Amino acid sequence: MSDPSRPPALARAPLPETADVVIVGGGIMGLATAWNLARLSDKPLRIVVIERGYLCGGASGRNGGGIRAQWASETNIRLMKRSIAICADFATRMRINVWFRRGGYLFLARTEERAKQLAASAELQRSHGLPTRIVDASEVRELVPDLDVSRVVCASWNPDDGVVFPWPFVWGYARAAIGLGVSLHTHTAVEDLVTEGKRVVGVVTARGVVRAPRVLVCAGAWSPTITRRVDVELPSKPHRHEICSTEPLKPFLRPLVGDLQNGLYFSQSMRGEIVGGISNERVPEGLDQKSSARFLGLYARALSQAMPILGHVKILRQWAGCYDLTPDGNPLCGEVDEAPGLFLMSGFMGHGFMMAPIMGELFARHLLFDEERELFERWNLRRYREGKLLSESMILG
Amino acid sequence: MSKIIVCRCEDVTLHELDEAIAAGHRDLESVKRFTGFGTGYCQGKQCVALCARMLATRGGEAAAMPITPRPPFHPIAVHKLAALVEDEDEDDRRPR
Ligand SMILES: Cc1cc2nc3c(=O)[nH]c(=O)nc-3n(C[C@H](O)[C@H](O)[C@H](O)COP(=O)(O)OP(=O)(O)OC[C@H]3O[C@@H](n4cnc5c(N)ncnc54)[C@H](O)[C@@H]3O)c2cc1C
Repeated sequence: MSDPSRPPALARAPLPETADVVIVGGGIMGLATAWNLARLSDKPLRIVVIERGYLCGGASGRNGGGIRAQWASETNIRLMKRSIAICADFATRMRINVWFRRGGYLFLARTEERAKQLAASAELQRSHGLPTRIVDASEVRELVPDLDVSRVVCASWNPDDGVVFPWPFVWGYARAAIGLGVSLHTHTAVEDLVTEGKRVVGVVTARGVVRAPRVLVCAGAWSPTITRRVDVELPSKPHRHEICSTEPLKPFLRPLVGDLQNGLYFSQSMRGEIVGGISNERVPEGLDQKSSARFLGLYARALSQAMPILGHVKILRQWAGCYDLTPDGNPLCGEVDEAPGLFLMSGFMGHGFMMAPIMGELFARHLLFDEERELFERWNLRRYREGKLLSESMILG
Repeated sequence: MSKIIVCRCEDVTLHELDEAIAAGHRDLESVKRFTGFGTGYCQGKQCVALCARMLATRGGEAAAMPITPRPPFHPIAVHKLAALVEDEDEDDRRPR
């Protein structure tokens, strides 16, 4: 059955013994890459995606669905602008409702210093054709009448940013990839890598071995556990991030509001719920997806201060997922020097969802046609070996 | 044919559950995402056991923990949560 608005069911087909490309991880990165590889290749490629759990079980099914082009680095602005264009077209192209709501992103500055940073970033964004403007407290109030603006210096406002419901993106990519012949296997974990000398030539699962000249690690926060099988240590670390959702309300909140001071963010989904989270440095180390009462307190205090009227709204559910944090805030992409045949597509911090539509395409072009060399050189793991770190200051959560 | 409701909040019928299983979904997390059961106001408290049983009797995989339960147990207002102890350490879960 192929109801396009539902997750595709996967027959328990046997794992192929060989493939041209094996992708570890069926999150949005792995699936967007698989679909783009299948779609763009001149000749038919045998692509196998192996996912340990069910679709949407990783960060791709747990995130806030925020997509924005308001960034502080040129690369992120350029890429995210293209990603949003793909998102805007996704429903038509993939025949699936993604509940895309373009309500804009409003970043609040509470200090003069932050105001200066936002102004510089807005300038850079405008030079890339974005409509970002710095608005004063009274205009902030017009945009979100119930916000307490008494301590707001100014805000950065881009009406073209938006929010989506993440699940149908994952299903849309999965279904389209399967339609192009990609072989997707859920409930199957990659347990080890097959090597010949230093070269990685396949993966080992409980259901068999798949040999392939290219193995792509798209396992999000779990990526270091995969590369460790061949003694490659990644600088990235899992960081639990919590989020929650209220009872549904009549639509009244237009933008996603973000406060770079405490990392609070909240927006209203198409279903009417207020979905939001907050930065929380003190979380248990490692891969942990449990939710905590401490988060609810932190978030509730910040939210009811920022927008007192929300104090009476009830929280219905909270959950958590893992960010994949790199020390310089930029991802880890491309082939690993120490293990030829092994490619990374990880380290996407707390914003990999919005990057996937464009990164899936660029990664496919890079693998197929050797395009985007400069980007994949800059984001290669080797920058850590060579000490050439990058930066990005507009990080939320 | 009469309708049999398996999830009251989201109005999911037994027929829809059967459809999900017929489509090939074998585990409860996937069936939940296919039908939307358990995602409404009660957050699954009234329907999870029933849906798990239906799936199990139809040859699906019955896990020990059918789906991850999401706190809070009851919906709670933001201003009440804001009064939670400022610096309570979550790792400090000793009974008190
Ligand atoms: C609460 C929260 C809110 C967020 N909000 C936003 C937001 O608003 N906007 C945004 O752009 N981003 C957001 N993010 C970040 C975003 O969700 C991630 O960056 C993105 O989903 C990463 O996609 P991925 O495919 O790389 O990873 P994942 O979706 O985590 O996929 C990796 C997959 O690999 C699988 N896997 C792991 N180990 C193995 C193995 N051994 N074998 C096989 N498979 C394996 C996992 O099961 C998982 O499904 C948020 C994240 C969280 C947790």
